[in-house]
Amino acid sequence: MSENYNVSSSPHIRSRVTTNNIMALVTASLMPAAIFGVYNFGMPALVVLIITTASAVAAEYIWQRAMHKKITINDFSAVVTGLLLGLNLPATAPWWMCVLGSVFAIIIVKQLFGGLGQNFMNPALGARCFLLISFTGRMTTFTFDGVAMATPLAQLKSGEAVDTMDMLLGRIPGTIGETSVIAILIGAIFLILMGIIDIRIPGTYLASFVIFIVLFGGHGFDVNYITAHLCGGGLMLGAFFMATDYVTSPITRRGQILFGVCLGVLTGVFRLFGSSAEGVSYAIIFSNLLVPLIEKVTLPRPFGKGGEK
Amino acid sequence: MNSCVERLYNGIVKENPTFVLMLGMCPTLAVTTSAINGVGMGLSTTVVLVLSNMLISMLRKIIPDSVRMPAFIVVVASFVTMVQFLLEGFVPSLYASLGLYIPLIVVNCIILGRAESYASKNPVLPSIFDGIGMGLGFTIGLTCIGIVRELIGAGAVFGMRVMPDAYEPVTIFILAPGAFLVLSGLVALQNKMKAIAKKKGKKTEMSGCGEGGCEACQGCNSKIFPAGEEK
Repeated sequence: MSENYNVSSSPHIRSRVTTNNIMALVTASLMPAAIFGVYNFGMPALVVLIITTASAVAAEYIWQRAMHKKITINDFSAVVTGLLLGLNLPATAPWWMCVLGSVFAIIIVKQLFGGLGQNFMNPALGARCFLLISFTGRMTTFTFDGVAMATPLAQLKSGEAVDTMDMLLGRIPGTIGETSVIAILIGAIFLILMGIIDIRIPGTYLASFVIFIVLFGGHGFDVNYITAHLCGGGLMLGAFFMATDYVTSPITRRGQILFGVCLGVLTGVFRLFGSSAEGVSYAIIFSNLLVPLIEKVTLPRPFGKGGEK
Repeated sequence: MNSCVERLYNGIVKENPTFVLMLGMCPTLAVTTSAINGVGMGLSTTVVLVLSNMLISMLRKIIPDSVRMPAFIVVVASFVTMVQFLLEGFVPSLYASLGLYIPLIVVNCIILGRAESYASKNPVLPSIFDGIGMGLGFTIGLTCIGIVRELIGAGAVFGMRVMPDAYEPVTIFILAPGAFLVLSGLVALQNKMKAIAKKKGKKTEMSGCGEGGCEACQGCNSKIFPAGEEK
């Protein structure tokens, strides 16, 4: 009873949501995709995921130790970054590439800009693009069932037919975490139900992407073609787990919608008119850079201010 | 003669155009994909800088103040054209790899900056040494960036492979983003080293113009670099 009489200044009611909780829930929601990836690609995938996660945490610890900063590896954010990076790598990635990617993500993209909450782009995607530019061959060679083959998106680009059912289930070559749409959606629905992410960014992203594909894809309203584009590549993983990153997405509602449209259009442009088949990661990091501008133009007016003079 | 040595030291260490003044960033970032390109660009700029400093210093009492910029540009552009034709004639491979950036030396802010802030106000001999110092500082800066980028991005230095065969080049370092990464890394490194040296009590100044800003600097009345900005 005694605490009922406790007199203190506000806030009196606190939310139990903390950075730790959010990051732990995101980690949990990535598990279906990770487990499916390991099932799909075998032990090498598990090794890649463990190396990226461990080296991301180690990089954060060593950096903060060396810089005499507060050590924040307990907040799970480095785990999420490492895991997301691992899910974005092919299972054939060698160990040094995983370590290099994690170190780049944590130190250059995140810590040099001030740590969690200050990074200007998604660390995992920044590292993915760094590796993609540096080791294009290794990053775009995907093996499935021991055979190197083209991803469905590359087949789609060269005009071949693809099996959309396989793409939905994930029985296709690709990076570890991007293949199974169902596994990703399980995690995404969990996050949406828990209130961690909002449907606004992924919703407008996917909707504007579909509209772009219908308009410029050259196939009209072909359900098979649209489904293949939606399920192929990192679109689902990117839309639900990386475009919704709190730090690098707008906080205003109109801004989030604008951000989603930007993402959809850019992904469409990169996929249809770019030289490579995939463009989700570039679209997301490019839109991340636009976020300050988007927030500037969509800043809500306080009630009673502005309007006609 | 003392001021000449001082000018050399000033250009190479104290006011290094690449790492301290952050001037001429366009060629710095664009052509340093390999060490040899860095040396080539640095030396071409040095030649132009020395000759233009000399001529502008000679003409400093003839050039009217109101048209000094066009006059400087004409002087610089003539020397750049000479250097361009010489490079094209004698080292065509370097000329091909430097490409557009040779004619762009005309608008390099180091050259105009030195003409404006030093050569147009000082006698000929110190101006020549100012040009040599600044040029060598620029050459050293570009070569350092070029060596690091070539080493990481291609596993070689001056075209010779030095890394073991198992090393896989990180190609991004010879592309545009790598230039920014290496430049910022080297600037951070030399700032750190200067800070350590300062702590130890050695007198090494962090900034080009020192504590007094440009007023304290001889011949720096134009204040292109306000005090404290380049720290």
